[in-house]
Amino acid sequence: MPSQPSEHEVRVLSRRFGLPNSASIDTYLANDGYRALEKALKEMTPDSILEELKVSNLRGRGGAGFPTGMKWSFVPRQSPKPKYIVCNADESEPGTCKDRLLMEYDPHQLIEGILIAGIVVGSHQGYIYVRGEYRYLIDILDRALEEAYARGYLGKNILGSGFDFDLYTHTGAGAYECGEESALLESLEGKRGIPRIRPPFPAVAGLYASPTVLNNVETFSSVPPIIVNGGKWYAELGTPRNGGTRLFVLSGHVKRPGVYELPMGTPLRKLIYDVGGGIIGDKKLKAVIPGGSSTPVLTADAIDTPLDFDSVAKAGSMLGSGAVIVMHEDTCIVRAALRIMQFYAHESCGWCIPCREGTNWLKKTLTRFHSGGGREEDIGLIEDLAKNMLGRTFCPLGDAAAMPTIAFVQKFRNEFEMHLAGQPCPFEKHGQLVGA
Amino acid sequence: MADNFKFNVDGRELQAKPGTLLIDACRAAGIEVPAFCYYPGLSLQAACRMCLVEIEKTPKLQTACTTPVAEGMIVRTSTPIVVDARRAMLELLLANHPLDCPVCDKGGECELQDMVFRYGAAESRFREEKRHVDEQQWSPVVYYDAPRCILCYRCVRVCGEGMDVWALGVVNRGARSEIAPNHGDHLDCEECGMCIDICPVGALTSGAYRYRARPWEIKYVSTICTHCGDGCKTTLSVRNGKILRGNNRDHSGINGEFLCIKGRYGYDFIENPNRIRTPLIRKDGKLVEASWEQAIQTIAAKWKEILHRRETGTQEAQAFGVIGSNHTTNEENYILQKFARTVLKTNNIDHHRTVDYAALIRAIANAIAKPVGDSAARPASDFLARSKDLSIASAVLVIGGNPTDQHPLLAWNIREGCRLNGTRLYVINSRRIPLARKTFRFLPIAEGGEQNALEFLRGERDAEKRLQGATPGGREVTAEFLNDFRDKLGQEKDLIVLFEAALSGECVAQLVEWGSRLPGRTRFIAQGDYSNSRGAADMGLLPNALPGYASVEDNDARLRFENAWSTTVPAEPGMPLHDMLAAAAQGKLESLYVIGANPLKGWDTAASLGGCFVVVQDLFLTETALVADVVLPAASAYEKSGTVTNTCGELQKLSKGMEVMGTRADLDIFSRLAGALGVTQAPLKSEEVLEEIRKLVSGYGVPLVNIVAGGAELVAPLDGFQPVSATHTANVKSSRDTLFTSGTLGRYSSSLQAVPERTTRTEPDPA
Ligand SMILES: Cc1cc2nc3c(=O)[nH]c(=O)nc-3n(C[C@H](O)[C@H](O)[C@H](O)COP(=O)(O)O)c2cc1C
Ligand code: SF4
Ligand code: SF4
Ligand code: SF4
Ligand code: FES
Repeated sequence: MPSQPSEHEVRVLSRRFGLPNSASIDTYLANDGYRALEKALKEMTPDSILEELKVSNLRGRGGAGFPTGMKWSFVPRQSPKPKYIVCNADESEPGTCKDRLLMEYDPHQLIEGILIAGIVVGSHQGYIYVRGEYRYLIDILDRALEEAYARGYLGKNILGSGFDFDLYTHTGAGAYECGEESALLESLEGKRGIPRIRPPFPAVAGLYASPTVLNNVETFSSVPPIIVNGGKWYAELGTPRNGGTRLFVLSGHVKRPGVYELPMGTPLRKLIYDVGGGIIGDKKLKAVIPGGSSTPVLTADAIDTPLDFDSVAKAGSMLGSGAVIVMHEDTCIVRAALRIMQFYAHESCGWCIPCREGTNWLKKTLTRFHSGGGREEDIGLIEDLAKNMLGRTFCPLGDAAAMPTIAFVQKFRNEFEMHLAGQPCPFEKHGQLVGA
Repeated sequence: MADNFKFNVDGRELQAKPGTLLIDACRAAGIEVPAFCYYPGLSLQAACRMCLVEIEKTPKLQTACTTPVAEGMIVRTSTPIVVDARRAMLELLLANHPLDCPVCDKGGECELQDMVFRYGAAESRFREEKRHVDEQQWSPVVYYDAPRCILCYRCVRVCGEGMDVWALGVVNRGARSEIAPNHGDHLDCEECGMCIDICPVGALTSGAYRYRARPWEIKYVSTICTHCGDGCKTTLSVRNGKILRGNNRDHSGINGEFLCIKGRYGYDFIENPNRIRTPLIRKDGKLVEASWEQAIQTIAAKWKEILHRRETGTQEAQAFGVIGSNHTTNEENYILQKFARTVLKTNNIDHHRTVDYAALIRAIANAIAKPVGDSAARPASDFLARSKDLSIASAVLVIGGNPTDQHPLLAWNIREGCRLNGTRLYVINSRRIPLARKTFRFLPIAEGGEQNALEFLRGERDAEKRLQGATPGGREVTAEFLNDFRDKLGQEKDLIVLFEAALSGECVAQLVEWGSRLPGRTRFIAQGDYSNSRGAADMGLLPNALPGYASVEDNDARLRFENAWSTTVPAEPGMPLHDMLAAAAQGKLESLYVIGANPLKGWDTAASLGGCFVVVQDLFLTETALVADVVLPAASAYEKSGTVTNTCGELQKLSKGMEVMGTRADLDIFSRLAGALGVTQAPLKSEEVLEEIRKLVSGYGVPLVNIVAGGAELVAPLDGFQPVSATHTANVKSSRDTLFTSGTLGRYSSSLQAVPERTTRTEPDPA
């Protein structure tokens, strides 16, 4: 179930969530469904669609926040090879579960967004690469695809326009790394999911070395409302350079965790206290991870940071996938760092030395450290190892493991020191322990 | 061509062609950039992160192995940040590394050791338990020790991209990643050992060499593989007079780093317990051990008697037949035919001909003498290709055969050309040979249809008809396909044609004639089977030809040799190999002298060489040796010096790796036999013989500097007399050795015997 809606929400992408049979094409059609497609096919040109997208200031919701209009414009118009649209539905960043709702409750909105991408770049084939653990979503998506084919929104000569498009689902096998775009493409091609050397970027040589548009589920899902209501309308929902709304995933020690659609630039305080109802047990806030497990932790002082890409960056972290993880005063930061490192050590694809060895070493050291075997010099070592990884790995997963680790040590050094010299974890006596 | 880019590395102004990788540009300028995963010629990985450098205007360090040079680029390779990054990578790498250097085969020649020595990180801050997994044996010759593996993926790439075998892959992820063989726990592959050779650390080790020596105890001897006709240079690791390993780590010679299983492990027949180590004389029907003196005297006595009878004219049968070897050196072959022609006074000399070199040389001589149309005469180098040319020619045509199995080096070079230089490969074959995967055009033909295919190329309508229709492999050959094939081929301006025994005699002449009509340069490689087949033919182990294919019937040619040798040479062509055997079987040959050959293998009248006095000089008791009257234990190619000529005509030098007690080099044996017959064989030493060859044998007057330094020179026996025409083409027959067989030697190589693929590797499917 989607979370209880909050009065603070501005529901653009999630407006159909909660409608009866929201995933069905009938519900979709009864609520503006495929109007954007019709408009795009009949009233607009690829250039005018691109223009609206650029005006909308839509930035990729997969993590990096790259302007979507610009990304699509990199695809060469003329290509001897077929072009592809690939939807990244691998959603595996800890703390993140928004794409899942978009697919579960409004799959047609996603299909429509993908179709519009096809129109813009002149592609006739697309894939939705779905996280292995989301197998049940494949059924929902496949049903939606079937409906769309049956009603002429997919297949040959869509809406009599002469435009053809085929869309398929494909499932991953349980690797976080396959959410990284180039590893995803390898996996989609049936190979081992390891990243590729870039350049070339997917826009030029992506799936089967052909020009490819690759975006996140939420990014594609944002496209139909932009086309229907205009780029300017969308841009004005957010802050300068950060158009629209996004689905924030609020988790951790808050009273009302959930997925909430809020305008870009909503202050962190509002999200936690107004939308989320405040901290469990009205305890003190200790730390917030603002954009999924790979983003550096913020301390309680950053509570007034507006949640848009630029402001969070200024505060020293990243908006990432929009997964906000809240930790209150009883949280053991060392334990949180360990939990996150366990994830990255498990998910490192192993291709490059610094990530493969670094995450493993850090996991081992943090495990020992947290369980009371830490030494003074380990604190520096942990920070140093993470720094040795940072910016030197083959793909950003290494950075994703390094950045939070560095931030934990730098911002909560005292907590590391509290664990020294054989003392048991000072937080464990508080009983309830919730890791990240 | 685009102008060079100018850029700056560590304050030095450098230049390089656009597209050059920064790492290559730096290395060319002597600026060291460390690397594990980068390997020239293989795909880029960017995995080890050792090559990180600073490039101005880029925020992060960049991998020099994936960054092409750019105009105005400013690069720094030894700033504190770069140095720190390298040290950090090594520290990370060593964290889980077992550091069992004291017992590791690679200790002393390990790239990881060298890197740590140079870039630090010798002290580990790693306090945790290291990951351990047990060592795995993947085949009789390949072992894998995962903890030592640094995951540079070189092995995976050399096997896949280089060998086109794709037997290795990566399994698991993260710190549990490891290399795995294609059958889960064992290999099914070509067992070439390229993966072991390319491994920078001791993760992949050789079943033959592991735990047998430390690199610093080893003496390295550069010599030439004695198996197939490709003549790879191999470096033998010798300790205490024993060969422990064959590889080519310095990448020198015609084959660079390449060796197949035979070159890498197949030297081990040397110490096979069945090796003959004492002369044997037949007594009361049994071969019994004898001294060298007794053996030589026995032969000399018999031969003197035959010679005497011939002089006194009391003999009806042919006196002598001599069958030489495809393995013995040029010097030995030269002296053998000289011995036969001047001491035994016979042209009954031949060898197992595995391809018709004589026909090729003659056809080329004709093409040079009579150029097509009014074009100018072309030099021999326009007709003969060196092995390495296969990697750079714009097109290659393979007619028949299976180079992957029979000419592993030539196949490696062809694949390299296809992979790195866009060579267009045309294959005409009755089977889907492995090279078919690389083809630009593949023409399926019926079994034995090579001559027909040649006729088709030459434009014969009937031949074209015969090629059309369904093939045994279920393909359909249409007229359009055939025309397209011939048209495309007809436009090639730089083509190398490979053929084997299926085309001999007149067919070879037709092939060369067809090739010389193509618009550009067409070169030829005749693929013969063993390490010195070409040398055997070039040196005149032929009944109708003196060295350099000079006809024995040509008075001028004969006179030239007679003058040089101060004696006479019979002018009558002798009997080819099979006539000699038949004559012996019928009691019409008095003595047969067989050197390093086994003509009775598969010869059904073996039992009845009758009253013929048979002398065999070999390493093992072959089918032929078993019926001999005297057997002399010979030294193998690894136990002597001299030169050999590979199938392309590249002249290279052998060096002695070790000695096997009791045996003698063939050259030695010849001079002892001559001595016993009262003739002084001159010259005596291999180097002196080579000098005589260089003076007298057409094409062999090449400079030696390169050869002495471990390189090769192409010989083209085309600067003397009109070469003999091919005769007795029925005698040209491939031995059809596979990757895992090598005539007699292969039967006694324990490595070749041990690998399971020897029996499981099947013939390619019908085309
Ligand atoms: C290790 C790693 C994991 C990633 N996982 C996801 C993911 O699960 N879903 C996603 O949309 N993007 C993921 N990304 C980001 C993608 O590489 C890519 O930038 C994104 O899908 C582009 O879409 P967007 O422009 O719409 O954001 C991941 C990146 C990295 C480095
Ligand atoms: S940083 Fe390296 S090991 Fe880690 S996931 Fe990326 S490529 Fe794989
Ligand atoms: S086995 Fe050797 S060559 Fe292969 S990946 Fe490991 S270290 Fe590299
Ligand atoms: S290709 Fe031929 S010459 Fe080279 S190693 Fe193999 S058998 Fe020896
Ligand atoms: S050599 Fe460049 S990353 Fe390995």
